[in-house]
Amino acid sequence: MIRFRLERRETTSRWLPIFTTIGAVLVALLMGAILLAYGGLNPMVAYGQMFKVGFAESYSVSDTLVKSTPLLLAGLGVSIAFRMRLWNIGAEGQLLMGAWAATGVALFILPETTPRFIMLAAMSIAGFAAGAFWGVIPGWLKAKMGVNEIISSLMLTYVATFFINYFVFGPWAVGGFPLTKKFPRNAWFPRLLDWADAIPFFRGMTAHIGFFYGVVAAILLYILFKHSKWGYELKVIGDNPEAARYAGMNISRTVILTMVISGGLAGLAGMSEVAGVVHRLQENFSPGYGFTAIIVAWLARLNPLAMIIVAYLFGGLLVGGDAIQPAGIPLMIQGMIMFCVISAELFTKYRIRIKRNAPLTEVSHG
Amino acid sequence: MDETLIFIFTIIGAGLRTGTPLLFATSGALINERAGVLNLGVEGMMLVGALGGFAISYATGNPWLGVAGGMLAGGILSILHGFVSISLRGDQVVSGLALVFMGRGITSVFGSRYVEIRDVPRLPTIELPFMKSIPVIGESILDPLFGSQNIVFYIGLLTVPAVWFLINRTRPGLYMRAVGDYPAAADSVGINVLGQRYLWVFVGGLFAGLAGASLSLAITPLWIEDLTAGQGWIAVGLVIFASWNPWRAALGAYIFGALRRMPLDLQAVAWLPFASNPILGVWLDMIPYLFTILALVISSREATRQRLGAPLALGQPYVRGERGL
Amino acid sequence: MTAEYAVQMRGITKRFPGVVANDNVSFEVKRGEIHALLGENGAGKSTLMNMLGGLYRPDQGEITINGEAVYFSSPRDAIKKGIGMVHQHFMLVPTQTVAENMVIGASTGFWLSPKKLYADIAAVSERYNLPIAPDAKIWQLSVGEQQRVEILKTLYLGAKILIMDEPTAVLTPQEVEKMFVTLREMTKNGHTIIFISHKLDEVLSIADRITVLQKGKVSANVAAKDVNKAELAKLMVGREVLFRIDKEAAKPKDDVLVLKNVSANNDRGLPALRSLSLNVRAGEIVGIAGVSGNGQHELAETLTGLRHVTDGVIEINNTGIQNQPPLAAIDQKVAHIPADRNGMGSAPTLSLSDNLIMKSYRAAPVRKGWRLLNAVARNTSEDLIKQYNVATPSIDVEARLLSGGNLQKLILAREISAEPTSIVAVTPTRGLDVGATEAVHQRLISERDRGAAVLLISEDLDELLSLSDRILVMYEGQIVGELPPDEDRIDEIGLLMAGGVQEAQA
Repeated sequence: MIRFRLERRETTSRWLPIFTTIGAVLVALLMGAILLAYGGLNPMVAYGQMFKVGFAESYSVSDTLVKSTPLLLAGLGVSIAFRMRLWNIGAEGQLLMGAWAATGVALFILPETTPRFIMLAAMSIAGFAAGAFWGVIPGWLKAKMGVNEIISSLMLTYVATFFINYFVFGPWAVGGFPLTKKFPRNAWFPRLLDWADAIPFFRGMTAHIGFFYGVVAAILLYILFKHSKWGYELKVIGDNPEAARYAGMNISRTVILTMVISGGLAGLAGMSEVAGVVHRLQENFSPGYGFTAIIVAWLARLNPLAMIIVAYLFGGLLVGGDAIQPAGIPLMIQGMIMFCVISAELFTKYRIRIKRNAPLTEVSHG
Repeated sequence: MDETLIFIFTIIGAGLRTGTPLLFATSGALINERAGVLNLGVEGMMLVGALGGFAISYATGNPWLGVAGGMLAGGILSILHGFVSISLRGDQVVSGLALVFMGRGITSVFGSRYVEIRDVPRLPTIELPFMKSIPVIGESILDPLFGSQNIVFYIGLLTVPAVWFLINRTRPGLYMRAVGDYPAAADSVGINVLGQRYLWVFVGGLFAGLAGASLSLAITPLWIEDLTAGQGWIAVGLVIFASWNPWRAALGAYIFGALRRMPLDLQAVAWLPFASNPILGVWLDMIPYLFTILALVISSREATRQRLGAPLALGQPYVRGERGL
Repeated sequence: MTAEYAVQMRGITKRFPGVVANDNVSFEVKRGEIHALLGENGAGKSTLMNMLGGLYRPDQGEITINGEAVYFSSPRDAIKKGIGMVHQHFMLVPTQTVAENMVIGASTGFWLSPKKLYADIAAVSERYNLPIAPDAKIWQLSVGEQQRVEILKTLYLGAKILIMDEPTAVLTPQEVEKMFVTLREMTKNGHTIIFISHKLDEVLSIADRITVLQKGKVSANVAAKDVNKAELAKLMVGREVLFRIDKEAAKPKDDVLVLKNVSANNDRGLPALRSLSLNVRAGEIVGIAGVSGNGQHELAETLTGLRHVTDGVIEINNTGIQNQPPLAAIDQKVAHIPADRNGMGSAPTLSLSDNLIMKSYRAAPVRKGWRLLNAVARNTSEDLIKQYNVATPSIDVEARLLSGGNLQKLILAREISAEPTSIVAVTPTRGLDVGATEAVHQRLISERDRGAAVLLISEDLDELLSLSDRILVMYEGQIVGELPPDEDRIDEIGLLMAGGVQEAQA
């Protein structure tokens, strides 16, 4: 008779998590394929089409960079909170608020003639601040009153959606459509196609400077996590808040500060989306970037540098997903991936032993 | 005067009806949390329950088969969560989130063909014409409340005492509480802790599926993408608000039903600004979500004062020998 | 059919990853006797008994109960064979009533009617002369009452063979006496009792026969009347043991820790400290005796800034720190060795190095501006690991992988290396083997001699008597007496712990 036994691993190799993650993603794709086949779709055709559009066409790199930009920024944001086991899953709402504030600055506060650099800087600050504000509300409630941040940050996402809708349907609407007027050119992020005259290869490429924001943020966070006092405190609070309190760390302050940065980065993602892609605020401009960012963060194991790669791959998934029907396939695959990755965590923490029982005790067990 | 009364109680009656799916979802989440497993995936399970119920009812022509199918769909999804959180000892928060993504993805892929359908077989409405004839309060109060309610409303009313009784007065309930508060103690007298947790996670999933199916087959009743609009999350919040007590959970669910329903009814009131300017209605739409946060604030203050606790082992995987033993 | 032996375990071997917990152990208990299983922490006593109780399955070996070979696949099988286990950490659900806890293992049918349950339980409680309120919630009961519930629970489930795992650890000397009387009565009624302990005196006074385990093997099986304490100790530890710790007389200086009329609430918001006053001077060890749950936990937390006080003043080095954040106490160089090593004293999945700098990271040399210097942290950690003999392959190992003794050495290294002016140590040797216990005791004494004020909170009276320079007894949140650490006055201490009034001043 064979039984399985879990034994805690004493040590973990550096490569094990990477292998198990890749394995988990493959299993998730397989599960997705089975479901698609069950639903009457040819999974090979669907996956093939997604891969081709997302990664293999001549415009793929640029299109995928566009989609991966908000994923990277918001993913970095949630990863900070997740590091201290603070479940900020309201990045979507923070992203929406960031976009709203940036729009307000571009259309209604600064004059159209504002120099580009000042305009974009002001929009970035406003986007960060609005996202930070939307993030610090659940942070403050958590720190001061112990309110569950999962629920509150998510509820605020719904509130943000209605809030945006009020403006795009109401006072900011133009011509009866649920969208604002277009930003002045000075409020647009520089895009690759801006240099198409000099470098013809860039013709038609819409990748914008937002991705660069993301890379810089990732590197900064990497250094902070690894070498700063704040990064250390984050680590201890995340592992054992009781021990952190015992060691004299100010947990409330760290929670609030962390949510400011976390929400701020998500807000910046929203700003970059309106300044770099849509150039206006409109209903449903985000297809749930803030939610996908949670998976991106988790898949990168909260490592900021790994997140650049993971965000790129998920950007490709979204680009590819736009090319096939029905529209929910990427969403379903994301769910599967998250599920398989969390299941695969087991292999990094435990060793699985197959045990053949000695005859003496084989007699009866359930 | 009577007209006003009728209007008020019609709103309340509609609120009770609207709150019923939330009542099911909250009861289910409450049950699996009492057994020590946090399942944040209620939203996802509700969605598959709603779509599963809708599809099966449409295919078979029998809404009750639809309800059964929807419940099973929720239950199956919950078993996935059970596997990750109970057997694999994975992080329950992340696993619950994954469940929501999966539920949304699956229903978005498979639901697209049902979006246009309007003539799905629905759950019956129970007409009680005699309510009107009860003296004094019959016409103005009882009839708008109970005169014409869907059958799920009555199932909901029965669920509350049934769940309370299950938890507090039966042996399965005793096991549920034991594995949720102190699994080592249950283990020491030979109760199968993991088996119990699977059972109650599954029951929670059935309830969430029922919540979804009652939305798509009775309350709304149709299928659109993201039909639940965050109600699964509100349910998770309500469990905290309810301090894990089914009566308070019901109270919360009905209040939130009323708040959800209110914007629709208030837009019909001529002298309020919402009638003439529908855009203002979005401020009303925010209310249930803001109120969820407020409810959590209130209950967290109460909890710190009275130490009304969550199940003691909530969210912790059980491993014999690693804790306590 | 009456077999002579109630329990026979033969050739039992049980391995866990990295250790052989039981190595070819044979263990036999006669019917109707009180049989002590003696061994120090980690000798394999609990493992052996958990196999008898059906929680673990042996890798090799066989078990017979009343002459009949048995195979347990769950505690339920063991219960059916009349085996009941009173665990060291009570297996009672704190939020449930006494009655619910008792019937949970029984098969009383689907419906649970409180009225009927209460009547049933009251009847059982009367039959065994162990009074208890069936409708009380477990968390409302004292530790002694909870133990009574545990015993009643096993009896209610029909236990004839009772395994008692370190049952005296939490009781006053008087309560221990009372329990011994109960146990002897039970043997007269045909029960067999297995008594697990590492305390020599009580084993000698209660047991008929004694089996000694040492490092997973049986080192002796003797009748209690044929051995003395010193022999037993040698059998248990494998070498001669000193019962008294050598230390010089204390030379106390100025007050360092001072509490004046301090009141504080527990986690449930009920008063835990009631206008408590005490002082600890530099260069002395003050022991706090008391049954657990009388406010010791809250005392340690208020002193270290982890708990708010509702009234009173706490002065450390003449600086008031009451209701300041924990950092205020750390700044006053208060070291804290917490009771919960895993839950509070360490961050389990972080490295030893990260754990060692938990209190020193705020200042140079580890910190430089906004940065933490990882290289400095590593060097400091390497030094501390060596200096305090923490057995580990490297400083990158996760803290959760350390044994209890090594983890405690790590905590001591972190706390004491900062040269504290005072040390609050809570049950610092609980669960440690003799070697680690001695190391902790030596450290505390050398810190005292260096001039630190040491407050030692412990449930182990032997430890308090051998380490303390003064003993304060705590009862219901107050200091109810002060005594010298005198072996002869142990009864007096016990009375005070149970709420008796101090008759004469020491």
